[in-house]
Amino acid sequence: MKIVVLMKRVPDLVEDLEVDGSGKALATEHLKLTVNEFDDHALEEGLLLKETSGGELTVVALDAADVDKMLFTALAKGADRVLKITGAANVEGNTGLAAVFEEVLSAQEHDLILTGVQAADDRDGQLGPIVAALLDVPCVEVVTQVEVGEPGEGMVTVHKEYSGGVVAELEISLPAVLGIQAARQSPRYAPVSKVRQIQQSATIETLAGAGESSGAAAGGGSGFSVVEMTAPETGAGAQMLAGVDELMAVLEAKGVV
Amino acid sequence: MANDVLVVAEHLKGELGEITFELLGIGKTLAAALGGQCVVALIGGNDGMVTALGAAERVVRVDGEGLSDFDPDSHGDALLAVYEAVDPRVVLVGYTSMGMDLASNLATRAGVPHAASCIALVEAGENIHATAQLYGGKLNVTSDLGGGRCVASVLAGSGAVEAGKAEGAPATESVAAPAGRGRVRFKRLIEPEAGDVDITAKEVLVAIGRGIGSKDDIEVAEELAEELDGAVAGSRPLIDSGWLPKTRQVGKSGLKVSPKLYLALGVSGAPEHIEGMKSSATIVAVNTDKQAPIFNYAHYGLVEDLFDVCEELTEAIQEKKG
Repeated sequence: MKIVVLMKRVPDLVEDLEVDGSGKALATEHLKLTVNEFDDHALEEGLLLKETSGGELTVVALDAADVDKMLFTALAKGADRVLKITGAANVEGNTGLAAVFEEVLSAQEHDLILTGVQAADDRDGQLGPIVAALLDVPCVEVVTQVEVGEPGEGMVTVHKEYSGGVVAELEISLPAVLGIQAARQSPRYAPVSKVRQIQQSATIETLAGAGESSGAAAGGGSGFSVVEMTAPETGAGAQMLAGVDELMAVLEAKGVV
Repeated sequence: MANDVLVVAEHLKGELGEITFELLGIGKTLAAALGGQCVVALIGGNDGMVTALGAAERVVRVDGEGLSDFDPDSHGDALLAVYEAVDPRVVLVGYTSMGMDLASNLATRAGVPHAASCIALVEAGENIHATAQLYGGKLNVTSDLGGGRCVASVLAGSGAVEAGKAEGAPATESVAAPAGRGRVRFKRLIEPEAGDVDITAKEVLVAIGRGIGSKDDIEVAEELAEELDGAVAGSRPLIDSGWLPKTRQVGKSGLKVSPKLYLALGVSGAPEHIEGMKSSATIVAVNTDKQAPIFNYAHYGLVEDLFDVCEELTEAIQEKKG
């Protein structure tokens, strides 16, 4: 089975996020990017599937800051191939990104395409369903478990989560796209020494993306502009307390202690 | 293109989801501003649901084999058929598990823009403006969706359920179900396992987030919860790490709680979490990140290390109890 994992880098939410002078975009000066945490789960689920059912796992990502490190880490974790798409840095939103991925996937063998269920910057929808719609293959979002059918059946059985812990079991014919919410286990850790070692011996395949010219999707981008980006007033609703004494007084007043 | 707003109804186990009524409330206001009707797309529903959708002016139904249970593929095809028949200005979908399957699929196939994770939609001149909660709730982004058709997926809790709840007999029409492609097959629903503490029944919840750092450290929260006669709950990452059982998860894919006291320790307050706890009577947030979105929803906040607070508070309560 050919498994392809689509990964992207997103602003690190642990850091402070600042809006730039235009008021419409993130200030990039101190912006730190990190791997979309759900993509990390997608990679983990893909690796688990490869370990139990065999196959080849390829990770595809757009060229971005520190993307090499992310791809070498994927190799260190057990990916067979990593593919970096260059020349498409100015694609906008998931709509633009999906168009680039569609083009790459059309030229790569793929049975199962995994990606994160969502990302922190999904202004124009989620990557998985857009890629699936462009490829005209089925897609299921919010997946927490994937089981591969018997060889030759060409299908997977997945768990899709609803609220309240209710789960639907669905059977999906391949090729298909799955938006992974959580892998069956926490994403594995690749020791720095192993990543360094891989860096010496392995190579990242590069592929030129057509960028803006590609894709049937709305104008190659999200198709709509940002009017304003604002930070919600921190503590707008909260009365800030100075310490545990004050907290204790609140709890007493509310009758919980 | 009509000026109608098409609301996509969501149902599970024969019941309409609350999000449907929220969307109806938002859709009615928007349709009035646009001078159009609020129309509901009901795929694989039943007659009782039509009555419950009395707030809508029209209900467009698609019924057919395999549509009563949700599968993203056939419901996606059915929604596209409704969209083409109604030709609405705006389509409202829940930013929910089902909605995430439908919104991007429809927008891509119809070739129209889709604003995700929306909390508000307004008519601005000829255009539609959508405000979305992005970056884990750290930023609100308002987008101009233009003067043409568009799709918006809306976060649960963005509208009032009551605003869209009215019994009635809206006009109904049917759209033929597209031929099934059989690519996705619904097998069964699996209910969550019971047996653990029921966090929805507790008056006090000590909720922990990523800030707790390690599984062993959950102990300090448990100790505090015990003193408060409450239970420990958690945000998604802790459940995914296997640090807490699924029965303790608060949020979009977990449980909705509204205790007397919700004490959030090291919980950042991503929209998915907020959805599950914002109706709590008193919310106290403790976080070292003063920018954490949880402070926008809390009634009281403390920018401090959660372990210090946990320890001191546990001691203070013990002291008070003597």
